[in-house]
Amino acid sequence: MSIFKKIMTAIRGGASEVGEAIVDSNATRIFEQEIRDAENHLTKAKRDLTSVMAEQMSASRDVDRITREITEHEGYAVQALEKGDEALALAVAEKISNLEGELTTQQQALDSFSGNATRLKELVKKSERQVAEFKRQLSMVKTTESVQKATSAITDNFSSSNSKLLSAKDSLERIKAKQEKFDDRMKAAELLESENSDNSLAAQLKDAGIGAADTNANSVLERLKAKQK
Amino acid sequence: MNIHKIADHLNTLADDSETGMNFDCQPISGEVDVLQISIIGREELPIFVSVTDDQILCITYLWGTEEVKPECINEMHASMLEMNIPMPLSSFSKIGDKYVTFGALSISSTFADIEHELAVLSNNAIEVIDDMSEFLI
Repeated sequence: MSIFKKIMTAIRGGASEVGEAIVDSNATRIFEQEIRDAENHLTKAKRDLTSVMAEQMSASRDVDRITREITEHEGYAVQALEKGDEALALAVAEKISNLEGELTTQQQALDSFSGNATRLKELVKKSERQVAEFKRQLSMVKTTESVQKATSAITDNFSSSNSKLLSAKDSLERIKAKQEKFDDRMKAAELLESENSDNSLAAQLKDAGIGAADTNANSVLERLKAKQK
Repeated sequence: MNIHKIADHLNTLADDSETGMNFDCQPISGEVDVLQISIIGREELPIFVSVTDDQILCITYLWGTEEVKPECINEMHASMLEMNIPMPLSSFSKIGDKYVTFGALSISSTFADIEHELAVLSNNAIEVIDDMSEFLI
């Protein structure tokens, strides 16, 4: 059964009860150990791959060298034949024959190393993918556990602080009311500010002698004098 | 990253947060450390943050199953699934009998990422409750 399915089944089955583990912690520990083992194997496989690739390079160099030597000696044999030195040509031919034998052996070794290297590379890639997949699964188990533990901590905190959880609608209403109050305050502040600026404008007008002038004793006296006439 | 570093950062932000939100952090002790983050003016919908090996989980509780009108539950579930992708950064889930909205961040997230996540999550939660209140008692 996949980890995903296991977690789903466990949650469905009511393992969300506080204190009950989704996947028992022993299994988690075994799983973690498996991942560590896989990682160790991976490290070893990578080391093996390095040495195989080194041998592959060395064998490839040998094959090149022998091939070059064969071509070189074939040239010598032809030259010996041209000079009519049959015996020398035969000696060279023997050397070539030995070299060809050596080439076959080296080529076989190279093929075998190349095959091993390819196989190991595939193995390393496969193991890397496997370890990544294991880690993803472990992360799912651990996250589920962590959320459960966190939930129980939150629940305990709520019950100990005696604060009742509000319903979603009540919470929203309260938050909206607070937001409205805040908005109202902002509006009031803006209004106040604009009134203040009105006042200052009126003061400026008065200073300039524009608009309603203040009545003072002199103007009252002037008015009374005008009535007497 | 751990909840104490997050708390220290958010507390020092005070009024200078990028998002204009004021965060108040309260660690809750338990088997797993949880940080309760209240946003000033939205104390009714706190965000709970916990840190695991590879991720930072931010969770807000929305409502309980008992708050859902029984005849609306299927329609509500469908709406939640449909909204899961359009809703920025957050997703829906259910923990026990509580519906939640949550965001998961990489453990290597910056403080700015976390702050952004919290602000978006809080906005999402309020909007979700507002928009889904037709399904609620």
